[in-house]
Amino acid sequence: MSVLWIALGVIAVLILWLIAVYNGLVSLKNQVMNGWKQIDVQLKRRYDLIPNLVETVKGIMKFEQDTLTKVIEARNKAMSAQGVADKAVKENALTGTLRQLFALVESYPNLKSNENVAKLQEELVSTENRIGFARQFYNDIATKFNISREVFPSNLVAGIFGFKAAELFEIQDASERAAPKVDLSLK
Amino acid sequence: MNIYEQKSRNARDTWIIAGLLILFFLFIGAGFDYFYGAGMSVPVFSIAALSAGLISSFAGYMSGDKMVLYSCRAMPLDLNDPKQRQWQNVVEEMSIAGGMPLPKTYIIDDPDPNAFATGRDPSHSSIAVTRGLLGALNREEQQAVAAHEMSHIKNYDIRLMLIIAVLIGAIALASDWAARGFMRGRGGRRRGSGKGSGGAVLIIMAIWLVTAILAPFLSRIMAMFVSRKREYLADASGAELTRNPLALASALDKISSRVDPTRSINQGNAHLCICDPKGSAVGFREGSFSDLFATHPPIRKRVEILKSMAYAHL
Repeated sequence: MSVLWIALGVIAVLILWLIAVYNGLVSLKNQVMNGWKQIDVQLKRRYDLIPNLVETVKGIMKFEQDTLTKVIEARNKAMSAQGVADKAVKENALTGTLRQLFALVESYPNLKSNENVAKLQEELVSTENRIGFARQFYNDIATKFNISREVFPSNLVAGIFGFKAAELFEIQDASERAAPKVDLSLK
Repeated sequence: MNIYEQKSRNARDTWIIAGLLILFFLFIGAGFDYFYGAGMSVPVFSIAALSAGLISSFAGYMSGDKMVLYSCRAMPLDLNDPKQRQWQNVVEEMSIAGGMPLPKTYIIDDPDPNAFATGRDPSHSSIAVTRGLLGALNREEQQAVAAHEMSHIKNYDIRLMLIIAVLIGAIALASDWAARGFMRGRGGRRRGSGKGSGGAVLIIMAIWLVTAILAPFLSRIMAMFVSRKREYLADASGAELTRNPLALASALDKISSRVDPTRSINQGNAHLCICDPKGSAVGFREGSFSDLFATHPPIRKRVEILKSMAYAHL
């Protein structure tokens, strides 16, 4: 009799453990998906800001129409990109053209002092940061999910229910991968 | 210790502190009953004090953040001002980095750079910053400060600190009642009658009174102790959000190089801030005595730790 009870107890504990691990994995997986959506939200924000910026600087930067066209083209390409890999490449191209544009704005004193340009520039800087931080958060939470998917014993549960590993966001652009310069002058 | 352990420890500490607060009120009330409540059938003072304790901790939990913000005359940000717009952006960036809800943002019209976070949980949180901080720090340094405050929110330091702020205020009040009540009722009806001899009653009375008078002092020391330990962790997990510990190091350097006090923030709320609003050179001194009375660890130590974090990654 008592053996039966012990066996039942062990089974009950096992089932409870299974439920806890499964729910933990599901919750993490949803956080990962939400993290991915957040990146999209920030990318959308950037698409919306770019036409405004171009419109504002167009008049003064007459001689830089080439760069402005490139920015708009890169934006449209990035918006219509399909699939994660393609999207990443196009988004990086867009980041590159925006950087060029900002570098050019620096050389136009009357643009730099223009309040609207400064405002838009701040918004775009912030958007770039948001995209970066959204990716960072996605990678953090995806790593957390992958770890709990792979460590023993929760990997057994992940295996039974077929949880797939989350893909990490990697830097596509070789120049971005290069080690950043370190400023040691800070005391 | 990581942020998740810190979170559950904070939950426990919050209960302990709220319990302490209520016990203290009960203690004051019971003393009144014992000394002056001889003719009454129910312990009126105990019940009154107990409810005062319960109400003040609950009210503090629910709206203490508003009281703190009000007491520093914090105003919502004006998003048309470029500097404030930038700060709003920085805070939004950090809430994305932490995967957290966006806290409400406030500005305090004070030239001294300082910042604090308050609230009861991440969905009910606020970050306040002085005008001086926005002027003194560059974008990266502001980001580091926002990340530091965001970490206080994320691991529920803010809730604990809020309850402590309420505790300090309520204990000061209760202690005041006790001292006044004692003065007014000196030679009360209890003396020499009823339980025990007159000497024993006098001793109990003395203990009661000394506790009541020392409590505000002790509650301050406790606040300082609790807050100091939390600054290092918030520094570290803030650096984890920005991945840039040097920016926080240079922000702390800049903030502490301004020795003026942050006048808008009173001492009762000192333990909430990123740097001690007293503003004297206390932050630079090291040693057991100044450590005991500082709400924050010495800035130099914090900067050193942050720099060692940065070099560890090279």
